[in-house]
Amino acid sequence: MSVQLPDSASTFRVPALALRGLAKRFGGKIAVDGISLDVPAGSFYGVVGPNGAGKTTTLSMATGLLRPDFGTAFIHGVDVWAKPLEAKKLMGILPDGVRLFDRLTGEQLVTYAGLLRGMDREIVAQRVGELLEALDLSGDAGTLVVDYSAGMTKKIALASALIHAPRLLVLDEPFESVDPISAANIRGILDNYVSSGGTVIVSSHVMDLVQRMCDHVAVVAAGRVLAAGTVDEVRDGATLEDRFVQLVGGGNRTKGLEWLRTF
Amino acid sequence: MVAHLLSLKWRLLLNGFRRSPGQIVGIAIGGLYALGVVAALIAVLVALRWADTETAHTAVVLGGAAAILAWAVVPLMASAADMTLDPSRFTTSAIPMRQLLTGLALAGFIGLPGLSTLLVALFTAATWWRSAPAVAGALVGAVLGVLSCVVLSKVVTTATASLAASRRFKDASSIVVFVPLVLMGPIVAGVVGGVSSSTDYLPGLARTVSWTPLGAPWALGGDLASGDAAGAGIKTLISLATLLALFACWNALLKRALVTPRYSGGSGKRGGKLGLFGLLPATPTGAVAARALTYWLRDPRYAAALTVVPLLPVIFLFESGQSGGYSMLMVLGPLTAFVLAWSIAADVSYDNTAFALHLATGVRGIDDRLGRALACLAFALPVVLIFAVGPFFLTGDWGWLPGILGLSLGVLFTGLGLSSIVSARYTSSVPLPGDSPFKKPPGNVAQTLAVQFGGMAVLLVLLLPELVLVIVQSVTGDPLWGWINLAMGALLGVVLFVAGVRIGGRWLDRRGPELFAQLSVHR
Repeated sequence: MSVQLPDSASTFRVPALALRGLAKRFGGKIAVDGISLDVPAGSFYGVVGPNGAGKTTTLSMATGLLRPDFGTAFIHGVDVWAKPLEAKKLMGILPDGVRLFDRLTGEQLVTYAGLLRGMDREIVAQRVGELLEALDLSGDAGTLVVDYSAGMTKKIALASALIHAPRLLVLDEPFESVDPISAANIRGILDNYVSSGGTVIVSSHVMDLVQRMCDHVAVVAAGRVLAAGTVDEVRDGATLEDRFVQLVGGGNRTKGLEWLRTF
Repeated sequence: MVAHLLSLKWRLLLNGFRRSPGQIVGIAIGGLYALGVVAALIAVLVALRWADTETAHTAVVLGGAAAILAWAVVPLMASAADMTLDPSRFTTSAIPMRQLLTGLALAGFIGLPGLSTLLVALFTAATWWRSAPAVAGALVGAVLGVLSCVVLSKVVTTATASLAASRRFKDASSIVVFVPLVLMGPIVAGVVGGVSSSTDYLPGLARTVSWTPLGAPWALGGDLASGDAAGAGIKTLISLATLLALFACWNALLKRALVTPRYSGGSGKRGGKLGLFGLLPATPTGAVAARALTYWLRDPRYAAALTVVPLLPVIFLFESGQSGGYSMLMVLGPLTAFVLAWSIAADVSYDNTAFALHLATGVRGIDDRLGRALACLAFALPVVLIFAVGPFFLTGDWGWLPGILGLSLGVLFTGLGLSSIVSARYTSSVPLPGDSPFKKPPGNVAQTLAVQFGGMAVLLVLLLPELVLVIVQSVTGDPLWGWINLAMGALLGVVLFVAGVRIGGRWLDRRGPELFAQLSVHR
């Protein structure tokens, strides 16, 4: 595990996101079991894990949506749970499985996100136009979000997360139900964002995508970090998918189901 | 396969009970209510045993016809059709059509409406407990009639399913249906008045209806009791033919529905219209107010509450017309103030998990509270002022105006302040975004009742000064107390409003994530 402590060699550069001993229990089930992780500033960081691994719970705790039982998170050195308002200014988040104010038009929703953050009307108006253009939504800017397709809904939520030009983007399953063209479009925007100094964290269980897109990756299962580091370090010569299956265990269960071959 | 469908429906019903204790309390309350209605109807049917044949026949036929109509119309209007066994979910299961139809029809009986209707219908046998053929006729008629109810409602919901799935239709129908519901009192009074003035009219109507598919099954018992075997025979044929025709329609519609995906409308609209977001100040408070006001107009759950407001004076005017005096009209202002102020007591619950945006953007609690309260105030204040002053043009009792105005303002501001606290701390179970305002909301009914009634009790305590002043004025008859009340209502109201917004804002800042966790339970 490559968990770096603040007093190690990398102190000259504060990580964009630092998780310290985050833990959460729901009833009798421990969802997140003490996760510590450093996401270097300027990295494109993938968080991968099987369903129910605790990815969403961890990201919710890191972004101030869910109060952890133990531990805390730092955004560029600002404690999310001690100074939430300050930390939230630094990040844009795309939570998974969360509704939007979908009786607003797409344009209104993104404007709302900007105004809620206390931005000027002119700046908001200009950025909303450019964001909708970049995400290929300007043709539907006046349509209510409730009438959007699933992929369009993801894109408008992403636009709401980008409006205030955050230093850190936390995206939970950003590519789910997004068509390949829109996905390429989003990736282009994110690549540009990272190359100009921003930090992106995406969670996904599409290994191929993470291997191609990200430079760092953490493998999470059963509420713990199994491996973290640059993608090349973690995959260690194999494909990320093979390495993932090897780390998480399971897989290769081809026994049984013989009847499937005897039509 | 039919048995499988029945057991599936039964299992779904039972699992509904197992969600939480609060759920059971809610279902028990609903069950008791249904039981009360059923018991009352059965009592009436048994009592009709001693009525003369003509009266009993009229009551049973018209009641039955009304039941069939209700089964056709209610699921359509409420867009709350029982979709637990939505046929489209069986598309991939390759169930033979005949078995699917039989299973779904019989499954329609499992559940409160089906069982209640069946039970009441079977008790028409008690009404016709006069001769063996009459009882047999009543029982056959009951079975045919209730089957027609269930199948007709399936035909209607299947036929309109693709239309009903479009958002605009849902939105519109769920608001329109409120109008007759709210005006139920005047409508019922009007019908009763009309009926009592023309008693000869009903038996004639019943005789005509009994030859139509709506009334035929319910007329069998009465016809046989009065010895009209030929009529009963023809009506049996009418009922059977109706049922067969309905099944055929349903069969055809279902076949088409299973292979046609639902229509979901909507075409691209370019932007450029920010609506209220362009008009209100570009601050977090202004943005929250713009969003809330937009929702009051666009979200049927809010808009349904708004449609009630113009209907309130109609009800009061009607009641006054009945009783002859207009003094009751003075309650209109304070009552409207209460309805509107209390309507935002579950505001965050209405947001559901969309509240995540407020949490993610780190909007301050006080901005959130103030925006929502001001949005409500923007239309509530003029409406309440008009409703508080308006009645005095009819009563002419202007001495009461300051007192009533003070009470109305007190209720409005105090209520908004308290609502701001309540919705920052407690969640209520409300219909989910996009659901019909009538749909039974998921979640803990007991907690919702506790929050709502507890909140209202606190509101009553906070309003004691104004209420005492109203009492003092009515005892002494001195309008001076009214003027004091006007000052008291405005001042105390605004103080409590500010306090409520601040306390609610602080609670929201401190407990935002916990509130969001409560909201995430139902989504």
